[in-house]
Amino acid sequence: MTAFLALNSASFAALLFVVASGFTLIFGLMRIINLAHGALYLLGGYVGLVIGVRTGSFTLAVVGASAAVALVGCLVDVGLLRFVKDNALRQVLLTLGVAIVLDDIDLVIFGGDTFTVPVPEFLEGPVSLGGMYYPKYRLFVLVAGVAIYAALWLLLNRTRLGSLIRAGVDDAEMVDAMGVDIKRLFVYTFMLGCALAGLGGVMGGAFLTLYPTADSEILVFSLAVVIIGGRGSLLGAAIGSILVGFLATFGQVWFPEFAYFVIFGPMAILLAFRPLGLFGKAA
Amino acid sequence: MGTRLNWLVTIAVLAGLAAVPFFVGTYKTTLASQMLIFAILAMSIDVLAGFAGRTTLCHGAIFGVSTYVVLYLTSIDASSPWLAAVLGILAATLVAAIFAILAIRTAGVYFLLLTLALGMIIWGICLRWTSVTGGENGIRSTIRPDWLLDSANFYYFTLAIFVVLAFAMWRFVNSPFGLSLQGIRESETRMRALGYNVSLHLFIGFTISGFFAGAAGALYAFFNGFVSPTTVALGQSVAALLMAIVGGVGTLFGGLVGSIMVTAVQDIVSVYTDRWSMLLGLMFIGAMVFAPEGILGKIRTMLASRAAQARPAGTPPNQQRR
Amino acid sequence: MDRRKFLKMTAAAAATSTLPRTAVRAADPIRIGLMAPLTGVVAAGGREVVDGFNLYWAKAGKTIAGRPIEITIEDDASNPDTALQKARRLVEQSKVHFLIGNILANTGLAVAEYVKSNGVPYFIPIIAADDLTQRRRIANVVRIAGFAASQTTRPLADYAYKKLGYRKIVTVSQDYTFGHEQVGGFAQTFTEAGGTIASQLWNPLNTSDFSPYFAQIQAAKPDAVFAMELGADASRFFQQWAAFGLKNTIPLIGGSNFSDQSVIRTSGAEVDGVLTSHYFAEGNDNPATVAFVAEYQKAYGILPSFYGASLYLGAMWVAEAIKAADGNVEDRVAFLDAIRKVVLNDSPLGRPVRLDAYGNPVYDVFIRKVTRRPDGKFWNTVVEVYPEVSQFWNYKPEDYLKQPAYSRTFQGIKKN
Repeated sequence: MTAFLALNSASFAALLFVVASGFTLIFGLMRIINLAHGALYLLGGYVGLVIGVRTGSFTLAVVGASAAVALVGCLVDVGLLRFVKDNALRQVLLTLGVAIVLDDIDLVIFGGDTFTVPVPEFLEGPVSLGGMYYPKYRLFVLVAGVAIYAALWLLLNRTRLGSLIRAGVDDAEMVDAMGVDIKRLFVYTFMLGCALAGLGGVMGGAFLTLYPTADSEILVFSLAVVIIGGRGSLLGAAIGSILVGFLATFGQVWFPEFAYFVIFGPMAILLAFRPLGLFGKAA
Repeated sequence: MGTRLNWLVTIAVLAGLAAVPFFVGTYKTTLASQMLIFAILAMSIDVLAGFAGRTTLCHGAIFGVSTYVVLYLTSIDASSPWLAAVLGILAATLVAAIFAILAIRTAGVYFLLLTLALGMIIWGICLRWTSVTGGENGIRSTIRPDWLLDSANFYYFTLAIFVVLAFAMWRFVNSPFGLSLQGIRESETRMRALGYNVSLHLFIGFTISGFFAGAAGALYAFFNGFVSPTTVALGQSVAALLMAIVGGVGTLFGGLVGSIMVTAVQDIVSVYTDRWSMLLGLMFIGAMVFAPEGILGKIRTMLASRAAQARPAGTPPNQQRR
Repeated sequence: MDRRKFLKMTAAAAATSTLPRTAVRAADPIRIGLMAPLTGVVAAGGREVVDGFNLYWAKAGKTIAGRPIEITIEDDASNPDTALQKARRLVEQSKVHFLIGNILANTGLAVAEYVKSNGVPYFIPIIAADDLTQRRRIANVVRIAGFAASQTTRPLADYAYKKLGYRKIVTVSQDYTFGHEQVGGFAQTFTEAGGTIASQLWNPLNTSDFSPYFAQIQAAKPDAVFAMELGADASRFFQQWAAFGLKNTIPLIGGSNFSDQSVIRTSGAEVDGVLTSHYFAEGNDNPATVAFVAEYQKAYGILPSFYGASLYLGAMWVAEAIKAADGNVEDRVAFLDAIRKVVLNDSPLGRPVRLDAYGNPVYDVFIRKVTRRPDGKFWNTVVEVYPEVSQFWNYKPEDYLKQPAYSRTFQGIKKN
């Protein structure tokens, strides 16, 4: 049973990582807590659903959803967030309003039903793993999560954009003073973060399904991951996702009455005593 | 702004509120009671957000804790709902105190997130501790005594309590303690330098704000006769915060204005369309971009600028409250 | 509560809630407040609540005793707080003469508590909370054409033990009243027959990930799993059950709405062969059911679910009562009396439906199996019939009512 639960935790953690990595990038560089991140996840899932059903291609669904959500993110950043750049609290609350509006739009288009993003046939069903059966798709999510971590690490550590982002997380003013177009950097990062949310939506929509309250559920988990793992840190997002994934899965089994406490307790304690989390860097 | 204007406005508002049951039917009177209850909640948030500069997302949970305690106690022993109400308010105040101890170490966005997490813990407990809270079923217990069953009677009862609590909150934020909270909002370092125990002030402010939220929650128990995890969910805190913001953070009575506006929009708009939630979201966005100071805040700024224009040059303006 | 007390309570409630006999013109509309979860975990079923209800009126016409029927629909969002708010609105603002509908037991209980204080009649063809016709009956809440949660799962427990030979079962269910009672009825009958319940798992409504529960199920190594999930949770359970390869390793039987048409309609092969029990099966070859299914398909293009069928029955019931009361719904005493005396002779169930002494109908309960039709769609066909099943099973009502209502802590399990 433990091996089974461990795989469940790991695959859930992989999905959390994809979503939370986007969140931590935005939080790290722009100091914006994007409470619409969950709504973007759900939007991405729905877009992926439509593309997947129409074209029959999972790849197209993934690409299309990420691009669509990145575009929406761009619009939100350029169209709305720039009006409240001076005030962190206002930014947060504005993104909350955006989340509410996006959710309602989704409700109008897709209604209250639950949908599953279609997956390619070779990923359907279980595979035999040393005496137990495990869903192929969840293993795929696990592998994809690791791959995305690798890709993001390469992006951050081996490209110019990545080094600018990392520098910006450490000291945005300095980067600006050095003549880099910090505004453009912010927009690109925001779009990347949103794209990751959308990608997460398609991936998650295939095994956790899409439904109207899925956004606040994933948002709350992402918050926990980013707070525990630390602002702006990719490694922090990975470690945080693993911790939250395991706490959520094992907590459900061992302490079902206190399942939420097991996740939000540590988050609350960290916020109170070490808001930077495990791997966050001071501003 | 002269005190005479203040008094006139207060009397006009009170008269208007008192006249409500004469002009509308039972449904709208019941809605008006609900508006007043949420106004108290929104105002309690403003005590902390507007005056101490700490915005929270946990007051809905504190509110709901009171409701749960009141209904739980009356469901096992219906004999004294008033004692249950007192215990409910105490429980909410205690929860606020615990939250305060953890939260006062942080500020701004981190404070917001921490209170969000704490509220989620309460929600998780109410959802999963089925044997006590009833889980998904919630707790049902109609506890109104006979003389409060009529909607108009209950409305006046609520109005009376609202007036008492609003007055108490107003006195609190204008007291020396309240002024030092405002000082903390302006600059913590300065207050510390002046020798104030900032943490203690914030702790007391948070706890008292929680007390008022708990009072609203106990009233809600009488109003609704039912509580479920929805009452302590994040959505409740968000809705109440929206009311405080729309009305005007830092104005205290903005909570009343915001509650009336948001409830009215929800009720009226939902007759014509299901999209009232979108409208609320747009209001939130609009408020943040165009009018973060809210309705009352905007009115204050307009009146102040007019007073400034009327003043002869060189005289200093009065203390502005944002 | 015994019968005499119940009747006394009814009279008292009716006396306080009878509206004055003002002059009601024959043409004044009869206003019905229909509540359904159009969003939330049972949104798919909620839509059919509205469809089934409207289908009856479309067929029978919307005028009775010279009065037009006006239906106001409100969404309860699968949430008891919302249900309560909408009920208030319907009663106090829209001034409906009676309320009908809702799906989830917790929403129904919230509304029932509300109407207890104002005497508005509330009819519940789907809300199956046991106690509404057992220990905590409310005079103006009537379970027309509905059922008690534990009523329909007991035959399955009997069948599982005697015919299928299962001895050890794990139950997994949504953690609220309906789940507690459906599982309780099953568990009590199964253990009294000699079986054991290895463990009981409870998941919150709207669980997106069942994998933690699967781990525990496998660890317990049961002969079968009894799953009480409905709406989106049922869909997800089926999908994940198949994805984890459990479909071919552990037999799955379910609660009454587990394999409901609203769930299996959009599912694939993962639902094939699942056994459940209920008093309605859309694949029943009874002529009345066949005719109803055809009618429903013609109107909506889909096979009817239990939700659609129940509200159709409910509408039929209400219409009969209004006719019997000669259109006078303002006289609540007479109207509720007429409601209680209705006997549905032409129902799609193909047998007469009437209330027992405690206000709950007696049914023939079918053991149903999900089978694939020639056109590829899935539906529930009848494998066995348990006739004349009441909410009290084989127990004497007075004895049965001495045990507490099913809950998380009481499941009627007999230690074997």
